[in-house]
Amino acid sequence: MSNSEDHDHDHDHDHTAPPPELELRVKALESLLVEKGLVNPDTLNEIIDTYEHRVGPRNGAQVVAKAWTNAKFRQALLADATDAVASLGFMGRQGEHLKVVENSASVHNLVVCTLCSCYPWTVLGLPPAWYKSAPYRSRAVSEPRAVLAEFGTQLADTTRVQVWDSTAELRYLVLPQRPAGTEGWSEAQLAALVTRNAMIGVEVVNPPETNEASR
Amino acid sequence: MIGAHDLGGKQGFGRVLPMRKPDASAPDRHEPLFHAEWERRAFALTLATGMLGQWNIDESRHARESQEPQRYLDNSYYETWLVGLQKLLHAKGLLKPEELESLPFAASVDISTSLSIPRHNKPVIEPPSPAKAAELLAKGGPTRLSDSRRPKYAVGTTVQVLPMTHAGHTRAPEYVHGAMGIIHAINGVHIYPDANAHRRDEDAVVGEILYTVSFARVALFPSHALQASVKECNEDRIFVDLWEPYLTHD
Repeated sequence: MSNSEDHDHDHDHDHTAPPPELELRVKALESLLVEKGLVNPDTLNEIIDTYEHRVGPRNGAQVVAKAWTNAKFRQALLADATDAVASLGFMGRQGEHLKVVENSASVHNLVVCTLCSCYPWTVLGLPPAWYKSAPYRSRAVSEPRAVLAEFGTQLADTTRVQVWDSTAELRYLVLPQRPAGTEGWSEAQLAALVTRNAMIGVEVVNPPETNEASR
Repeated sequence: MIGAHDLGGKQGFGRVLPMRKPDASAPDRHEPLFHAEWERRAFALTLATGMLGQWNIDESRHARESQEPQRYLDNSYYETWLVGLQKLLHAKGLLKPEELESLPFAASVDISTSLSIPRHNKPVIEPPSPAKAAELLAKGGPTRLSDSRRPKYAVGTTVQVLPMTHAGHTRAPEYVHGAMGIIHAINGVHIYPDANAHRRDEDAVVGEILYTVSFARVALFPSHALQASVKECNEDRIFVDLWEPYLTHD
C-alpha cells in the first residue's frame, strides 16, 4: 500500500562529490582541537560508532512490538514513555523526556521539528536527511496530508492528522497501528515489520508480505 | 528571533524527497546517516566539544540559527553544525580568532554574525575519554527542573501565543505567533531557552512551565494545499510545545 510511488533511487541529497574545502577545513579543525587538548580522537570514534552501530530505529521497533503484545507495557508507555522505554534499556541524549503518541483507526500522528531537527535519538537514532530538510520542516504543519502522499501514504478522508512539532525538549515517538494478519506473532517477528518512517508517522506499518500477495 | 531556521508553514521549498524504498532485510540501512566523512567528523566534534561544559544546548542552537538567513538556507545540515561549532569555539574563547583564520578556507565561514552568547570563565575540563563520553551520551541532559510552582493555565484553557519577535533565541515558531490554541498538556517546569541561550555565569537557571498547546490546522493554514487533489481534513490538529511566557489569556 505505501511506497508505491517511491523512486528506486536515493534522492535525499545531491550527487556531487563533497566539496574538498569542507573535507580540508574539518580535518584541520579536528587537528587543531586535538593539538590543543580539547578533543580526544578516540572519543570522536566512540561517538560515531554509538550512532552508526548501536543507537538506531531497531530500539524503537522493539518498543512498538512490546506495546502491541503487552497491554500493561502499552499503558505504561502512554503514561510515561521515558520511564517505560528506560525499562528496556533505552535512555540518554535526545530522549530525556519522551512522549509516545498512538495511532488508531481515526487518528494518525506525525512528528516534525520545524525549527531544527529535534528527534528521539534514544529510540530512532539520528534523523534521516529528509526529516531535516526545508520541504519537510515547512510543510509537515501546513499540509501534512500532501506530505504523507509524497511518502505513498494515503489516509481515509475522515482520519484526523495530528502533527507534533517538537519545539521543546520533549521528544515524540509514534506508536503505529498493528497490522492485520499478525495475530500470534512474537515480539521479534513484529519488531521486524516496524519501520523508522512509521515511528515518525510518515508511513503506516504494512501487513506482512504473505498477506500483501493475497490482497 | 525569526530566522531562516523558522521554517514551519513557509512556502516554495517543493516536494519532500523520500528515501530509497526500505530494504526489508536491513531496515536500518536504507539511507546513510552521513553522506561524507567530513559530516561524520563535524557531528562527532560538535558532541565531543559540547562535553567540555562550555555551552548549553540553547546556546548551541542559537549559534546555528543566528546565521545570516541566506547562508542558513544555502548551507547543508552539517555545514550549519560546523558554523555553529566554530562560532561557539570563538565566542567561548576556546579558539582565538587567528586560530580560526589559520584554518583552510577561512573566508567561507562567517563567525562574525552578531551572537549574544556570553563568554564563560569556567575552567576547561579534560576532554572526556571514550568511556566517559559513552556514559554522558547514555545519561543525556534532562531539562525538567524540580519546581512545584502552579501552572497559570489548566488543560482545556484557550490561550493566545504572543508574537515572540525579540532578537534573541526563542522556541516559539512564527506560524503560531498570535494564534489561539488550547492547552493540551502541562509538562512541568523546564529550562527556559529564551533565557538560557543568553545566560551569564552569574545568572541562575530560569525555568518556566512547559505546555503542549493544540491548534486547529485550518485556523493556522486556511488554504495551503499545494496539490488540489489532496483533501485536507478540517479536524487536523497541530501540537506545539510552548513555555508559559509565550502565552497570554484574556
